[in-house]
Amino acid sequence: MSGFYTLLHKELLRFWKVGLQSICAPMIATLIYLFIFSHILEERAQAYPGVTYTAFLIPGLLMMAMLQNSFANSSSSLIQSKISGSIVFILLSPLSYMEIFVAYVLASIVRGFLVGAGIYLVILIFFDMPLQSLSWVFIFALIGNGFLGVLGIIAAIWAEKFDQLASFQNFVILPLTFLSGVFYTIHSLPPFWEGLSRFNPFFYVIDGFRYGFFGISDVSPYFSFMIVGICFLAVSWVTLRMLKTGYKLRQ
Amino acid sequence: MIPAIEVKQVYKNYGPVVALVGIDLEIEQGEFFALLGPNGAGKTTLINVLAGLTLPSNGVAKIMGHDVAKNYREARRIVGVVPQELVFDPFFSVRETLSIQSGYYGLRNNDAWIDEILHHLGLRDKENANMRTLSGGMKRRVLVAQALVHKPPVIILDEPTAGVDVELRRSLWGFIKRLNRDGHTIVLTTHYLDEAEELCGRIAMLKKGEIVALDSTKNLINNVSGYLIRLRLSSETLPSDLQPLLESYAEGCFILKVNNYSKIESVLAALRIEQIRVLEMELMQPDLEDVFVKIMGNTKNMGSV
Repeated sequence: MSGFYTLLHKELLRFWKVGLQSICAPMIATLIYLFIFSHILEERAQAYPGVTYTAFLIPGLLMMAMLQNSFANSSSSLIQSKISGSIVFILLSPLSYMEIFVAYVLASIVRGFLVGAGIYLVILIFFDMPLQSLSWVFIFALIGNGFLGVLGIIAAIWAEKFDQLASFQNFVILPLTFLSGVFYTIHSLPPFWEGLSRFNPFFYVIDGFRYGFFGISDVSPYFSFMIVGICFLAVSWVTLRMLKTGYKLRQ
Repeated sequence: MIPAIEVKQVYKNYGPVVALVGIDLEIEQGEFFALLGPNGAGKTTLINVLAGLTLPSNGVAKIMGHDVAKNYREARRIVGVVPQELVFDPFFSVRETLSIQSGYYGLRNNDAWIDEILHHLGLRDKENANMRTLSGGMKRRVLVAQALVHKPPVIILDEPTAGVDVELRRSLWGFIKRLNRDGHTIVLTTHYLDEAEELCGRIAMLKKGEIVALDSTKNLINNVSGYLIRLRLSSETLPSDLQPLLESYAEGCFILKVNNYSKIESVLAALRIEQIRVLEMELMQPDLEDVFVKIMGNTKNMGSV
């Protein structure tokens, strides 16, 4: 077990040592988004009755920042060590593939939580945010960060170069997050796009997370939890298979 | 006794490229063993298979009886590998790197041993330097140190002295020899054949993914090349009996080739019968480089080894 703790500790240290860019930078970017969008759209849009647009936007932006950072954490750590070659030190060690998997995913979750908590604390200074159910907020933050942490591992194992990883991020992760209802409720969409959004797992992460704040959501949080849970288990299974068979890492 | 390393019919191909062709190899505990061969012969691939960095396409490899694929955790715990590439984690200092590496093996309080490794590898004054700031030779030392943090009974070094100055080479081999005396099995690859000749008890030579020679260093040198005798004689001509042994004639000296020491006696006897006096005689030992060049250059000779 202590081998696992070492790897987890190393993964935490890795982003902690560059905290300015791994935690502060995404916090600032998200807060800028929030101030601009809320300034422009506050008077013009309303998603849920009785909820200001800014308040509606906050959980979406929070979750978006967390998802991007949990993905960035596992994927950049792995691709860097893959390309620099220093991944051999992990591959040579007696760590099991399960330990490697859990350590990377946990580190991603921690980074996501730190970014999310940082943003949330700043927001509390400026805005009045309801909090209906801390448990749902926590559960969706946990599973959302975990899901993206796992996706980050898959992307980094698959990618052979930095630009391949970047295209995974730009063509898969970014559209899925932006089109998941961060900025709008999917009920406001034309039927076709609303239907399509229901195939986007990120939609359920954000919708459930938002439920925790307002007690209102597009679909039931239990249903969202089930969908995201299934997605998480599915990508975890794929990743564990990849690690076990040595796909691209031990060829 | 369980062999330190056991390789049975290991094949590895990368698509159409064949890297290893049915390697069979057994290395006993406590050996100092060299894997030699030109670039691309498959040395590193074989080491990667032993280290679990590459899964073989076919065949079985075991470290102290542990299958490197099936019992990978046990196998990796008892082997330490110095990779050929100069790789490092730029986030950490030398000491951090070594304590993290110890941690991977479940070793928490490893400072005493880390101190000892740092001392023997001349890294004491660099222990708090970030890995990025080290020179190539220093990074190489850290790689060696990382392979040793868990005191592995089997140590595999893939070209540990490539691009390393003479001083480090000496101190490194001194340290490795000490570990070997303490019972560690050492397997190395190198392009410096004098190193292999001096250090290693047994040698395997690889060519195009196959073992083309496998024997003790002594036998390899003896059997493949024989000896050369340089003779200056009182006569200008060589007795006809000795003509078949003649390798070359230069500056008034005959160079004869004999397979073993007993043959020297018959050469001298032949000269005595012809009443030729020996004015000067030098016995030239072939070295590993001669053996290497011969084996790599001439496939036919391989059968005799």
